Amino acid sequence: MATLQTTPPEVKSEPVNYLNVEHGWKSWLFTTDHKRIAMLYVFSITLMFLIGGSFAMLIRLHLTKPEGLFAPETYNRLFTMHGVVMVFFFLVPSIPATIGNFLLPIMIGAKDLAFPRVNLLSWYLYIFGAVFAIYVVARGGVDTGWTFYAPYSTTYSNSYVLSAALGVFVAGFSSILTGLNFIVTVHKMRAPGMSWMRMPLFIWAHYATGLIQILGTPVVAIALVLVGVERVMHVGIFDPRIGGDPILFQHIFWFYSHPAVYIMILPGMGVISEVIACFSRKRPFGYEFIAASSMGIAILGFLVWGHHMFVTGQSVYTGIVFSFLSFFVAVPSAVKVFNWTATMYKGSVTFESPMLYAFAFIGLFTIGGLTGLFLSTMATDVALHGTYFVVAHFHFVMVGGMVVAFLAGLHFWWPKMTGRMYSEAWSKFAALLIFVGFNLTFLPQFVLGYLGMPRRYAAYPPEFQVLNVLSTAGASILGVSLIIPVVYLTWAWKYGPKVGNNPWGAKGLEWEIQSPPTTFNFDETPTVTEEAYNYGGALEEHQVG
Amino acid sequence: MWASYGFLADIPFIAPIASKEAGDIDLLWWFLCAVSLVMTVLIFIGVIGFAFRYRKKEGVAPVPVHGSNVLEITWSIIPFLVMLVMFWWGTDLFFAAETPPKDAMEIFVVGKQWMWKVQYPDGNREINALHVPIGKAVKLTMASEDVIHSFSMPAFRVRHDVVPGHYDSLWFRATQTGHYRIYCTEYCGARHSQMVGWVDVLDETEYGKWASGGGSGGTLAEQGQQLFTQNGCSTCHLLNEQGRCPILKGLYNKPVQLNDGRTVIADDAYLRESILQPNAKIVNGFEANVMPNFQGQLSEENVIQLIAYIKSLATPAAAPTQSAGQPAAAPVGAARKAGAAGKQ
Repeated sequence: MATLQTTPPEVKSEPVNYLNVEHGWKSWLFTTDHKRIAMLYVFSITLMFLIGGSFAMLIRLHLTKPEGLFAPETYNRLFTMHGVVMVFFFLVPSIPATIGNFLLPIMIGAKDLAFPRVNLLSWYLYIFGAVFAIYVVARGGVDTGWTFYAPYSTTYSNSYVLSAALGVFVAGFSSILTGLNFIVTVHKMRAPGMSWMRMPLFIWAHYATGLIQILGTPVVAIALVLVGVERVMHVGIFDPRIGGDPILFQHIFWFYSHPAVYIMILPGMGVISEVIACFSRKRPFGYEFIAASSMGIAILGFLVWGHHMFVTGQSVYTGIVFSFLSFFVAVPSAVKVFNWTATMYKGSVTFESPMLYAFAFIGLFTIGGLTGLFLSTMATDVALHGTYFVVAHFHFVMVGGMVVAFLAGLHFWWPKMTGRMYSEAWSKFAALLIFVGFNLTFLPQFVLGYLGMPRRYAAYPPEFQVLNVLSTAGASILGVSLIIPVVYLTWAWKYGPKVGNNPWGAKGLEWEIQSPPTTFNFDETPTVTEEAYNYGGALEEHQVG
Repeated sequence: MWASYGFLADIPFIAPIASKEAGDIDLLWWFLCAVSLVMTVLIFIGVIGFAFRYRKKEGVAPVPVHGSNVLEITWSIIPFLVMLVMFWWGTDLFFAAETPPKDAMEIFVVGKQWMWKVQYPDGNREINALHVPIGKAVKLTMASEDVIHSFSMPAFRVRHDVVPGHYDSLWFRATQTGHYRIYCTEYCGARHSQMVGWVDVLDETEYGKWASGGGSGGTLAEQGQQLFTQNGCSTCHLLNEQGRCPILKGLYNKPVQLNDGRTVIADDAYLRESILQPNAKIVNGFEANVMPNFQGQLSEENVIQLIAYIKSLATPAAAPTQSAGQPAAAPVGAARKAGAAGKQ
């Protein structure tokens, strides 16, 4: 810069931050700055979300007619690729790899994650896996369903099962490394005074998520390796014709994939805790209980996988135990919802767009959670298993929950990440449209499931057409409404009005530093002297009755 | 009733209920709906109410509230107790659904890409169709030729996966005559959505008429007997004297002593395994590697026929060889009798 004597003064006036400190593609592809890696993830997972979302739109388009629009083989590939891309390449990394990566070190007063290079490696692994997924799409797709159930996946499918499984396998290591990095960072890099019970709830949620990522992901990796081994070498593991057992696959697969649901939702819960506290101007009601419920969900989440298998012929007694434990895991989720609601009590509530997304989250997650009870109850699960009721249930949790929480988080911290503000009018409009579109898409699917319409059907009985058309109408609204934030957030990054370090008047270390932050976040390591969410006033112990 | 609401008339809001058990499950479903509705409304009222009541006002500062252990414990315990009701109720119904009545008539279903093949004890066969009499408990014994399928009949709220390598079963007792859908509800490949059919619940006389169409190749047991001869089983499994292999007469559902000291019951699953993989379990006193593997040689339908034959040998006096051509009076269950009654 020294030689550029003519640099205009207004450019110089912008303080150095992580975005403008270096330029050029190398400065991004070889960065070890957790914030830059977070932004790399933002781009990559948004791309994957758009791909997965396009499949969703084609699925809904196909289902406007009972006989469908595409060939059944095409439809089967569409719903499989939608699931694979959305679950493994969007939902699992979504909040942890982007917002978590960006904020976790800052919130605990650290200059970076414990292993910055491992953090970059995890992004490369993600990209490597995603390239395989895109390759599979380009070659014509995979048709096993995202669950890769054997023996269909190992013996019968004529599609790109191995490439897809390899993509997921590699992306799994990205997830493991992120979780490992978070856990070590939380243990070893907290600033002086940042005791465990002073950590923001966002950190607690990510700590719990990290545990699941480390303990669960290797198991799905094993399941996929075994699918590959049986498919290529015909070693009898899952296919009964060569001595295997198909139920074994389901046990291994769901041992990861049920806890994976909590990988996808816990970080979202962490975001909601932050947003509700800020816009209620209050410390979250029952901080300890929200923190403990994250850990409770992470641990109990490992003990419920068998509720996916009530009708597979697993022992009735096994089913009973899994049913019981599934109700147990519902308690900490309910506790969170009650605490968020109670947080507004005696608060000073304002309705900026992150808060609107948080409201939408509570409403949709509540419905998603309650409908889960129908599937934990064995008798009703028999009636609803494998139907659109299940599809609606997990979309309420995954989209109504996680995607909406992700948007809440992006809207909350976008001014911190970019230093600029987006249009409040557009963001409120998008939040409303998402809520309406989402409900119109998925509420009819509960009815369809109750009526018995099976999921993964390329053609369906004509009596279900009206509800399917309603669902597709909702999906069209939802599709458009999800594009809007992509546009205005991108626009804001370039052209949005600059904002100060703390536009929301929020508490937390991330709001005390510059927006966008400098490369090492803090000029000197901060010392924490108070609890999180100290929004002023003396704490009172709330008395009941 | 929805006719005056335009397009709503085209939505069947209540799923057909064709058995008492379906009604029982629906009652639990509506209980769950009611609880969910109450909870959703409470939370919505809480969120909207608090957000409105405590919206930011000039000069009113937020009051910090730490929390309340009493509240936390209350709103953990009460929902859990309500969930215990769901758990208990659901488990109770599930148990009943898993235990077929003793007098259930047995029908055999084989799933393969992409059809349901149905075999009746009297030798009738159908594809993607099932006919059952009203008021009779029906037990479906199901096998898969290839991948996992799942047999679902929403009108009875019954469903069970059909996993290759196993026998799976479900039962139901129709209380409403009618024409109801059958689906495969475990994704099984390209034509998964065409693996559908209909179950017809007929009254006594209609069912009798339908069943009298009869199987052309004799009863299931007779078909099995033919296979037993054709595949050479009869050269070693002699009927009335000890051959190279165990005598099958009187074997069905009896304990069998194995050469590793275990005792197993000679039920359908055991017989199926012993036909397809004879060396998996060796009867005490016999040699391994005498009988060839029939895995891949016999279809699941053939295996069902053979088992029906072995069943018919359950009591020595009633073996079809001794009363050839006639429907044996062997205790192969009410199904057998119902089938025979229908033929007259």
